[in-house]
Amino acid sequence: MQISLDISKTLRSGELEFQLDARFASAAQRVVVYGPSGAGKSQMMKALAGLMTPDRGRIELTGRCLFDAATGVNVPARERNVAYLFQDYALFPHLNVRQNIGFGLQRGWRNPRAGVDGQSLNYWLHAFELEHVAHQFPHQLSGGQRQRVALARALAPQPSALLLDEPFAALDPGLRERMRVELDALQRRLEIPMLVITHDPEDVRVFGEHALYMEQGRIVEEKQT
Amino acid sequence: MESFEPAWVALRLSLKVACWATLIALIFGAAFGYLLARKRFIGRELLDALLTLPMVMPPTVLGYYLLVIIGRNGIVGAWLQQHFGINLIFTWQAAVIAAAVVAFPLVLKGARAAFESIDMQLEQAARVLGLSAMAVFLRVTLPLAWRGVLGGALLAFARSMGEFGATLMVAGSIPGKTQTLSIAVYEAVQAGQDDHANLLVIITSLVCIAVLVAANKLTPNRNPLV
Repeated sequence: MQISLDISKTLRSGELEFQLDARFASAAQRVVVYGPSGAGKSQMMKALAGLMTPDRGRIELTGRCLFDAATGVNVPARERNVAYLFQDYALFPHLNVRQNIGFGLQRGWRNPRAGVDGQSLNYWLHAFELEHVAHQFPHQLSGGQRQRVALARALAPQPSALLLDEPFAALDPGLRERMRVELDALQRRLEIPMLVITHDPEDVRVFGEHALYMEQGRIVEEKQT
Repeated sequence: MESFEPAWVALRLSLKVACWATLIALIFGAAFGYLLARKRFIGRELLDALLTLPMVMPPTVLGYYLLVIIGRNGIVGAWLQQHFGINLIFTWQAAVIAAAVVAFPLVLKGARAAFESIDMQLEQAARVLGLSAMAVFLRVTLPLAWRGVLGGALLAFARSMGEFGATLMVAGSIPGKTQTLSIAVYEAVQAGQDDHANLLVIITSLVCIAVLVAANKLTPNRNPLV
Protein backbone atom coordinates (compact mmCIF):
# COMPACT_ATOMS: atom_id res chain seq x y z
CA MET A 1 0.00 0.00 0.00
CA GLN A 2 3.03 2.19 -0.17
CA ILE A 3 3.16 3.04 3.42
CA SER A 4 6.08 4.18 5.43
CA LEU A 5 5.71 4.92 9.07
CA ASP A 6 8.23 5.78 11.75
CA ILE A 7 6.72 7.25 14.89
CA SER A 8 7.30 7.55 18.62
CA LYS A 9 4.82 8.41 21.29
CA THR A 10 4.87 8.23 25.05
CA LEU A 11 1.43 7.47 26.38
CA ARG A 12 0.61 8.07 30.02
CA SER A 13 -2.36 6.88 31.97
CA GLY A 14 -2.00 7.69 35.63
CA GLU A 15 1.09 5.86 36.88
CA LEU A 16 1.42 3.74 33.77
CA GLU A 17 3.60 4.72 30.89
CA PHE A 18 3.68 3.12 27.48
CA GLN A 19 6.28 3.75 24.84
CA LEU A 20 5.25 3.37 21.23
CA ASP A 21 8.16 3.12 18.78
CA ALA A 22 6.69 1.80 15.58
CA ARG A 23 8.61 1.66 12.35
CA PHE A 24 7.86 -0.18 9.13
CA ALA A 25 7.50 0.32 5.41
CA SER A 26 5.53 -1.72 2.94
CA ALA A 27 4.52 -1.75 -0.69
CA ALA A 28 2.09 -4.65 -0.27
CA GLN A 29 -1.64 -4.22 -0.95
CA ARG A 30 -2.55 -6.12 2.20
CA VAL A 31 -0.62 -5.48 5.35
CA VAL A 32 -1.42 -7.14 8.65
CA VAL A 33 -0.08 -5.98 11.97
CA TYR A 34 -0.34 -8.85 14.39
CA GLY A 35 0.26 -8.91 18.12
CA PRO A 36 -1.23 -9.32 21.57
CA SER A 37 -3.68 -6.76 22.87
CA GLY A 38 -1.89 -3.86 24.51
CA ALA A 39 0.96 -4.01 22.01
CA GLY A 40 0.14 -0.54 20.70
CA LYS A 41 -1.47 -1.61 17.43
CA SER A 42 -4.56 0.52 17.85
CA GLN A 43 -2.51 3.56 18.82
CA MET A 44 -0.40 3.15 15.70
CA MET A 45 -3.56 2.92 13.61
CA LYS A 46 -4.96 6.04 15.29
CA ALA A 47 -1.76 7.89 14.41
CA LEU A 48 -2.20 6.82 10.79
CA ALA A 49 -5.76 8.14 10.69
CA GLY A 50 -4.81 11.38 12.42
CA LEU A 51 -6.65 10.59 15.65
CA MET A 52 -3.45 10.59 17.67
CA THR A 53 -0.48 12.89 17.21
CA PRO A 54 2.92 11.21 17.65
CA ASP A 55 5.65 12.99 19.59
CA ARG A 56 8.02 12.61 16.70
CA GLY A 57 8.45 10.85 13.39
CA ARG A 58 6.94 10.69 9.94
CA ILE A 59 4.00 9.00 8.24
CA GLU A 60 3.60 8.57 4.51
CA LEU A 61 0.65 6.86 2.91
CA THR A 62 0.08 6.16 -0.79
CA GLY A 63 2.73 8.70 -1.72
CA ARG A 64 1.37 11.46 0.49
CA CYS A 65 3.06 12.81 3.59
CA LEU A 66 0.46 12.86 6.36
CA PHE A 67 2.67 13.66 9.29
CA ASP A 68 6.19 14.93 9.69
CA ALA A 69 7.20 16.26 13.07
CA ALA A 70 10.43 17.69 11.65
CA THR A 71 8.70 19.97 9.16
CA GLY A 72 5.51 20.47 11.18
CA VAL A 73 3.25 18.67 8.72
CA ASN A 74 0.15 17.19 10.36
CA VAL A 75 -2.75 16.65 7.99
CA PRO A 76 -5.98 16.73 10.04
CA ALA A 77 -7.97 13.48 10.28
CA ARG A 78 -10.76 14.85 8.10
CA GLU A 79 -8.39 15.45 5.19
CA ARG A 80 -6.48 12.16 5.31
CA ASN A 81 -9.01 10.39 3.13
CA VAL A 82 -8.70 7.02 4.81
CA ALA A 83 -11.43 4.59 5.77
CA TYR A 84 -11.30 3.48 9.37
CA LEU A 85 -13.21 0.50 10.66
CA PHE A 86 -13.43 0.59 14.44
CA GLN A 87 -13.37 -2.60 16.46
CA ASP A 88 -16.96 -2.21 17.60
CA TYR A 89 -17.86 -0.30 14.43
CA ALA A 90 -18.80 3.01 16.08
CA LEU A 91 -22.02 3.32 14.10
CA PHE A 92 -23.94 6.48 14.90
CA PRO A 93 -26.75 5.26 17.17
CA HIS A 94 -29.02 8.20 16.38
CA LEU A 95 -28.92 7.65 12.62
CA ASN A 96 -30.43 4.85 10.53
CA VAL A 97 -28.47 2.70 8.08
CA ARG A 98 -29.00 5.10 5.18
CA GLN A 99 -27.88 8.08 7.22
CA ASN A 100 -24.87 6.20 8.57
CA ILE A 101 -23.67 5.21 5.11
CA GLY A 102 -24.41 8.66 3.72
CA PHE A 103 -22.74 10.39 6.66
CA GLY A 104 -19.39 11.02 5.00
CA LEU A 105 -21.00 11.93 1.69
CA GLN A 106 -22.70 14.99 3.10
CA ARG A 107 -20.64 17.97 4.17
CA GLY A 108 -21.84 20.78 6.36
CA TRP A 109 -23.44 21.02 9.77
CA ARG A 110 -26.49 18.86 9.20
CA ASN A 111 -26.95 15.12 9.10
CA PRO A 112 -28.47 13.43 6.07
CA ARG A 113 -32.26 13.11 6.22
CA ALA A 114 -33.76 9.73 7.20
CA GLY A 115 -34.73 9.11 3.59
CA VAL A 116 -31.48 10.33 2.08
CA ASP A 117 -30.91 9.10 -1.43
CA GLY A 118 -28.09 9.09 -3.94
CA GLN A 119 -26.30 6.97 -6.47
CA SER A 120 -23.30 6.19 -4.33
CA LEU A 121 -25.47 5.47 -1.29
CA ASN A 122 -27.69 3.08 -3.22
CA TYR A 123 -24.67 1.37 -4.71
CA TRP A 124 -23.30 0.55 -1.25
CA LEU A 125 -26.68 -0.48 0.13
CA HIS A 126 -26.95 -2.89 -2.76
CA ALA A 127 -23.35 -4.10 -2.63
CA PHE A 128 -23.68 -5.06 1.03
CA GLU A 129 -27.27 -6.34 0.73
CA LEU A 130 -28.54 -3.77 3.19
CA GLU A 131 -31.57 -2.50 1.27
CA HIS A 132 -34.06 -4.29 3.49
CA VAL A 133 -32.61 -2.79 6.67
CA ALA A 134 -31.95 0.67 5.22
CA HIS A 135 -34.37 2.34 7.62
CA GLN A 136 -33.33 0.47 10.74
CA PHE A 137 -31.10 1.78 13.46
CA PRO A 138 -27.77 0.21 14.45
CA HIS A 139 -29.10 -1.44 17.61
CA GLN A 140 -31.67 -3.30 15.51
CA LEU A 141 -29.03 -4.93 13.29
CA SER A 142 -27.21 -8.23 13.60
CA GLY A 143 -23.44 -8.29 14.11
CA GLY A 144 -22.72 -9.04 10.46
CA GLN A 145 -25.04 -6.29 9.26
CA ARG A 146 -23.39 -3.82 11.59
CA GLN A 147 -20.02 -4.62 10.15
CA ARG A 148 -21.34 -4.25 6.61
CA VAL A 149 -22.84 -0.86 7.44
CA ALA A 150 -19.55 0.25 9.00
CA LEU A 151 -17.63 -0.90 5.93
CA ALA A 152 -20.08 0.79 3.57
CA ARG A 153 -19.92 3.99 5.58
CA ALA A 154 -16.12 3.95 5.53
CA LEU A 155 -15.87 3.14 1.81
CA ALA A 156 -18.58 5.47 0.49
CA PRO A 157 -16.40 8.63 0.44
CA GLN A 158 -13.90 6.77 -1.81
CA PRO A 159 -10.93 6.58 0.54
CA SER A 160 -7.43 5.88 -0.66
CA ALA A 161 -6.75 3.23 2.00
CA LEU A 162 -8.73 1.00 4.33
CA LEU A 163 -7.69 0.70 7.96
CA LEU A 164 -9.32 -2.08 9.96
CA ASP A 165 -8.99 -2.40 13.73
CA GLU A 166 -9.69 -6.00 14.81
CA PRO A 167 -12.43 -6.28 12.19
CA PHE A 168 -13.80 -9.66 13.30
CA ALA A 169 -13.23 -9.59 17.05
CA ALA A 170 -16.80 -8.55 17.81
CA LEU A 171 -18.33 -11.42 15.80
CA ASP A 172 -19.06 -15.00 16.82
CA PRO A 173 -16.89 -17.67 15.17
CA GLY A 174 -19.20 -18.81 12.34
CA LEU A 175 -19.97 -15.26 11.28
CA ARG A 176 -16.32 -14.32 11.64
CA GLU A 177 -15.39 -16.90 9.02
CA ARG A 178 -18.05 -15.64 6.61
CA MET A 179 -17.21 -11.95 7.03
CA ARG A 180 -13.55 -12.73 6.51
CA VAL A 181 -14.33 -14.31 3.15
CA GLU A 182 -16.53 -11.33 2.29
CA LEU A 183 -13.84 -8.80 3.13
CA ASP A 184 -11.28 -10.83 1.23
CA ALA A 185 -13.42 -10.71 -1.92
CA LEU A 186 -14.30 -7.05 -1.40
CA GLN A 187 -10.67 -5.99 -1.16
CA ARG A 188 -9.77 -7.91 -4.32
CA ARG A 189 -12.65 -6.32 -6.18
CA LEU A 190 -11.95 -2.75 -5.05
CA GLU A 191 -8.19 -3.13 -5.16
CA ILE A 192 -7.99 -0.78 -2.23
CA PRO A 193 -4.84 -0.92 -0.10
CA MET A 194 -5.66 -2.36 3.29
CA LEU A 195 -4.06 -2.44 6.70
CA VAL A 196 -5.49 -4.83 9.27
CA ILE A 197 -4.53 -4.98 12.91
CA THR A 198 -5.45 -8.17 14.71
CA HIS A 199 -4.55 -10.68 17.37
CA ASP A 200 -6.10 -13.53 15.38
CA PRO A 201 -3.60 -15.73 13.46
CA GLU A 202 -6.33 -16.57 10.94
CA ASP A 203 -6.41 -12.94 9.80
CA VAL A 204 -2.68 -13.13 9.22
CA ARG A 205 -3.12 -16.24 7.08
CA VAL A 206 -5.84 -14.69 4.90
CA PHE A 207 -4.73 -11.07 4.66
CA GLY A 208 -1.05 -11.17 5.52
CA GLU A 209 0.58 -10.42 2.19
CA HIS A 210 2.95 -8.51 4.40
CA ALA A 211 2.71 -9.49 8.06
CA LEU A 212 4.29 -7.56 10.89
CA TYR A 213 4.48 -8.72 14.45
CA MET A 214 4.13 -6.06 17.11
CA GLU A 215 5.02 -6.36 20.77
CA GLN A 216 5.29 -3.75 23.51
CA GLY A 217 5.06 -0.84 21.13
CA ARG A 218 7.55 -2.12 18.57
CA ILE A 219 7.47 -4.05 15.33
CA VAL A 220 9.71 -6.98 16.20
CA GLU A 221 9.31 -9.29 13.23
CA GLU A 222 8.05 -9.22 9.66
CA LYS A 223 7.25 -11.68 6.93
CA GLN A 224 6.37 -11.16 3.27
CA THR A 225 4.70 -13.69 1.02
CA MET B 1 -61.17 37.37 39.99
CA GLU B 2 -59.64 40.34 41.72
CA SER B 3 -57.67 38.21 44.18
CA PHE B 4 -56.02 36.37 41.31
CA GLU B 5 -54.30 39.50 40.10
CA PRO B 6 -51.37 39.61 42.60
CA ALA B 7 -50.80 35.86 42.18
CA TRP B 8 -50.83 36.24 38.43
CA VAL B 9 -48.27 39.07 38.64
CA ALA B 10 -46.01 36.99 40.89
CA LEU B 11 -46.32 33.95 38.64
CA ARG B 12 -45.43 35.95 35.55
CA LEU B 13 -42.43 37.44 37.30
CA SER B 14 -41.32 34.02 38.53
CA LEU B 15 -41.60 32.58 35.03
CA LYS B 16 -39.69 35.51 33.54
CA VAL B 17 -36.92 35.20 36.12
CA ALA B 18 -36.77 31.42 35.79
CA CYS B 19 -36.63 31.57 31.98
CA TRP B 20 -33.74 34.00 31.94
CA ALA B 21 -31.94 32.19 34.74
CA THR B 22 -32.34 28.86 32.96
CA LEU B 23 -31.04 30.31 29.71
CA ILE B 24 -27.93 31.66 31.44
CA ALA B 25 -27.45 28.45 33.42
CA LEU B 26 -27.90 26.44 30.22
CA ILE B 27 -25.23 28.31 28.29
CA PHE B 28 -22.64 28.23 31.07
CA GLY B 29 -23.64 24.80 32.34
CA ALA B 30 -23.39 23.17 28.92
CA ALA B 31 -20.06 24.87 28.17
CA PHE B 32 -18.47 23.93 31.49
CA GLY B 33 -20.06 20.48 31.37
CA TYR B 34 -18.42 19.89 27.99
CA LEU B 35 -15.12 21.23 29.28
CA LEU B 36 -15.16 18.99 32.35
CA ALA B 37 -16.22 15.94 30.34
CA ARG B 38 -13.76 16.27 27.51
CA LYS B 39 -10.67 18.22 28.51
CA ARG B 40 -7.94 16.90 30.78
CA PHE B 41 -6.37 19.63 32.89
CA ILE B 42 -4.96 20.11 36.35
CA GLY B 43 -7.60 21.03 38.92
CA ARG B 44 -10.46 19.61 36.88
CA GLU B 45 -12.19 17.95 39.81
CA LEU B 46 -11.55 20.99 42.00
CA LEU B 47 -13.23 23.18 39.38
CA ASP B 48 -16.16 20.77 39.29
CA ALA B 49 -16.45 20.99 43.09
CA LEU B 50 -16.29 24.81 43.05
CA LEU B 51 -18.92 25.03 40.34
CA THR B 52 -21.19 22.61 42.21
CA LEU B 53 -20.90 24.60 45.42
CA PRO B 54 -24.03 26.75 44.81
CA MET B 55 -26.10 23.57 44.93
CA VAL B 56 -25.09 22.67 48.47
CA MET B 57 -24.38 26.03 50.11
CA PRO B 58 -27.11 27.77 52.13
CA PRO B 59 -28.84 30.27 49.82
CA THR B 60 -28.20 33.01 52.37
CA VAL B 61 -24.46 32.44 52.05
CA LEU B 62 -24.79 32.63 48.29
CA GLY B 63 -26.83 35.80 48.64
CA TYR B 64 -24.10 37.28 50.76
CA TYR B 65 -21.46 36.36 48.18
CA LEU B 66 -23.58 37.93 45.47
CA LEU B 67 -23.94 41.14 47.48
CA VAL B 68 -20.17 41.24 47.85
CA ILE B 69 -19.81 40.89 44.11
CA ILE B 70 -22.72 42.79 42.53
CA GLY B 71 -23.69 45.03 45.46
CA ARG B 72 -23.31 48.81 45.22
CA ASN B 73 -19.85 48.56 46.71
CA GLY B 74 -19.18 45.13 45.30
CA ILE B 75 -16.34 44.28 42.98
CA VAL B 76 -18.45 44.13 39.84
CA GLY B 77 -21.30 46.26 41.19
CA ALA B 78 -19.14 49.34 41.82
CA TRP B 79 -17.64 49.05 38.36
CA LEU B 80 -21.06 48.79 36.70
CA GLN B 81 -22.28 51.78 38.72
CA GLN B 82 -19.28 53.87 37.82
CA HIS B 83 -19.11 53.11 34.09
CA PHE B 84 -22.70 52.47 33.11
CA GLY B 85 -24.73 53.84 35.99
CA ILE B 86 -26.26 50.40 36.45
CA ASN B 87 -27.42 49.24 39.82
CA LEU B 88 -28.46 45.62 40.00
CA ILE B 89 -29.53 45.31 43.62
CA PHE B 90 -33.30 45.18 44.16
CA THR B 91 -34.03 44.67 40.47
CA TRP B 92 -35.53 41.64 38.76
CA GLN B 93 -32.19 41.20 36.98
CA ALA B 94 -30.58 40.56 40.36
CA ALA B 95 -33.19 37.86 40.94
CA VAL B 96 -32.18 36.34 37.61
CA ILE B 97 -28.52 36.29 38.63
CA ALA B 98 -29.33 34.71 42.00
CA ALA B 99 -31.53 32.04 40.41
CA ALA B 100 -29.00 31.36 37.65
CA VAL B 101 -26.17 30.81 40.13
CA VAL B 102 -28.27 28.44 42.24
CA ALA B 103 -29.57 26.52 39.22
CA PHE B 104 -26.33 26.38 37.24
CA PRO B 105 -24.90 23.22 38.92
CA LEU B 106 -27.99 21.24 37.87
CA VAL B 107 -27.30 21.94 34.20
CA LEU B 108 -23.59 21.36 34.74
CA LYS B 109 -24.12 17.90 36.27
CA GLY B 110 -26.59 16.86 33.60
CA ALA B 111 -24.43 18.15 30.77
CA ARG B 112 -21.22 16.63 32.08
CA ALA B 113 -22.84 13.21 32.48
CA ALA B 114 -24.42 13.48 29.04
CA PHE B 115 -21.17 14.39 27.29
CA GLU B 116 -19.21 11.76 29.22
CA SER B 117 -21.64 9.05 28.23
CA ILE B 118 -20.88 9.55 24.54
CA ASP B 119 -18.43 7.05 23.09
CA MET B 120 -15.56 9.18 21.84
CA GLN B 121 -15.03 6.73 19.00
CA LEU B 122 -18.21 8.09 17.45
CA GLU B 123 -16.64 11.53 17.26
CA GLN B 124 -13.42 10.07 15.94
CA ALA B 125 -15.34 8.16 13.28
CA ALA B 126 -17.01 11.40 12.20
CA ARG B 127 -13.64 13.16 11.94
CA VAL B 128 -12.17 10.40 9.79
CA LEU B 129 -15.25 10.65 7.58
CA GLY B 130 -14.24 14.22 6.78
CA LEU B 131 -16.15 16.41 9.23
CA SER B 132 -14.86 19.62 10.78
CA ALA B 133 -14.80 19.97 14.56
CA MET B 134 -17.96 22.11 14.50
CA ALA B 135 -19.77 19.63 12.26
CA VAL B 136 -18.79 16.75 14.57
CA PHE B 137 -20.23 18.63 17.51
CA LEU B 138 -23.48 19.50 15.73
CA ARG B 139 -24.00 16.17 13.97
CA VAL B 140 -22.79 13.67 16.57
CA THR B 141 -22.08 15.13 20.01
CA LEU B 142 -25.12 17.36 20.39
CA PRO B 143 -27.75 14.93 19.04
CA LEU B 144 -26.49 12.31 21.51
CA ALA B 145 -26.21 14.68 24.48
CA TRP B 146 -29.13 17.06 24.16
CA ARG B 147 -31.56 14.99 26.20
CA GLY B 148 -29.25 14.99 29.21
CA VAL B 149 -28.50 18.69 28.84
CA LEU B 150 -32.15 19.59 28.46
CA GLY B 151 -33.12 17.38 31.41
CA GLY B 152 -30.63 19.32 33.52
CA ALA B 153 -32.02 22.60 32.17
CA LEU B 154 -35.56 21.63 33.20
CA LEU B 155 -34.40 20.81 36.72
CA ALA B 156 -32.63 24.17 36.70
CA PHE B 157 -35.89 25.82 35.67
CA ALA B 158 -37.75 24.15 38.54
CA ARG B 159 -35.00 25.15 40.95
CA SER B 160 -35.11 28.75 39.66
CA MET B 161 -38.86 28.87 40.21
CA GLY B 162 -38.37 27.86 43.82
CA GLU B 163 -35.39 30.10 44.57
CA PHE B 164 -35.96 32.11 47.74
CA GLY B 165 -33.05 32.92 50.02
CA ALA B 166 -30.45 34.36 47.70
CA THR B 167 -33.16 36.16 45.72
CA LEU B 168 -34.54 37.83 48.81
CA MET B 169 -31.11 39.08 49.78
CA VAL B 170 -30.13 40.59 46.43
CA ALA B 171 -33.51 41.48 44.91
CA GLY B 172 -35.68 42.07 47.96
CA SER B 173 -39.45 41.69 47.93
CA ILE B 174 -40.97 44.48 45.90
CA PRO B 175 -44.49 43.50 44.74
CA GLY B 176 -44.75 43.49 40.95
CA LYS B 177 -41.03 44.10 40.59
CA THR B 178 -39.00 41.52 42.46
CA GLN B 179 -41.60 39.63 44.46
CA THR B 180 -41.55 36.17 42.92
CA LEU B 181 -44.03 33.40 43.76
CA SER B 182 -41.91 31.85 46.49
CA ILE B 183 -41.31 35.21 48.14
CA ALA B 184 -44.97 36.15 47.77
CA VAL B 185 -45.89 32.96 49.66
CA TYR B 186 -43.65 34.00 52.52
CA GLU B 187 -45.09 37.50 52.60
CA ALA B 188 -48.67 36.22 52.46
CA VAL B 189 -48.10 33.84 55.36
CA GLN B 190 -46.38 36.58 57.35
CA ALA B 191 -49.33 38.87 56.74
CA GLY B 192 -51.84 36.17 57.71
CA GLN B 193 -53.44 36.07 54.23
CA ASP B 194 -53.98 32.32 54.26
CA ASP B 195 -56.29 32.24 51.23
CA HIS B 196 -53.77 34.07 49.13
CA ALA B 197 -50.96 31.83 50.39
CA ASN B 198 -53.01 28.72 49.51
CA LEU B 199 -53.51 29.95 45.96
CA LEU B 200 -49.81 30.77 45.52
CA VAL B 201 -48.74 27.40 46.92
CA ILE B 202 -51.05 25.51 44.61
CA ILE B 203 -49.83 27.43 41.57
CA THR B 204 -46.19 26.88 42.50
CA SER B 205 -46.74 23.17 43.09
CA LEU B 206 -48.48 22.68 39.76
CA VAL B 207 -45.74 24.45 37.82
CA CYS B 208 -43.03 22.41 39.56
CA ILE B 209 -44.84 19.12 38.98
CA ALA B 210 -45.24 19.94 35.29
CA VAL B 211 -41.55 20.73 34.96
CA LEU B 212 -40.46 17.58 36.79
CA VAL B 213 -42.67 15.36 34.67
CA ALA B 214 -41.13 16.92 31.58
CA ALA B 215 -37.62 16.48 33.00
CA ASN B 216 -38.28 12.80 33.72
CA LYS B 217 -39.48 12.24 30.20
CA LEU B 218 -36.18 13.58 28.93
CA THR B 219 -33.97 11.59 31.28
CA PRO B 220 -31.67 9.73 28.93
CA ASN B 221 -30.87 6.04 28.65
CA ARG B 222 -34.18 4.62 29.58
CA ASN B 223 -35.00 4.11 25.96
CA PRO B 224 -32.38 6.25 24.36
CA LEU B 225 -32.57 5.75 20.65
CA VAL B 226 -36.02 4.83 19.57
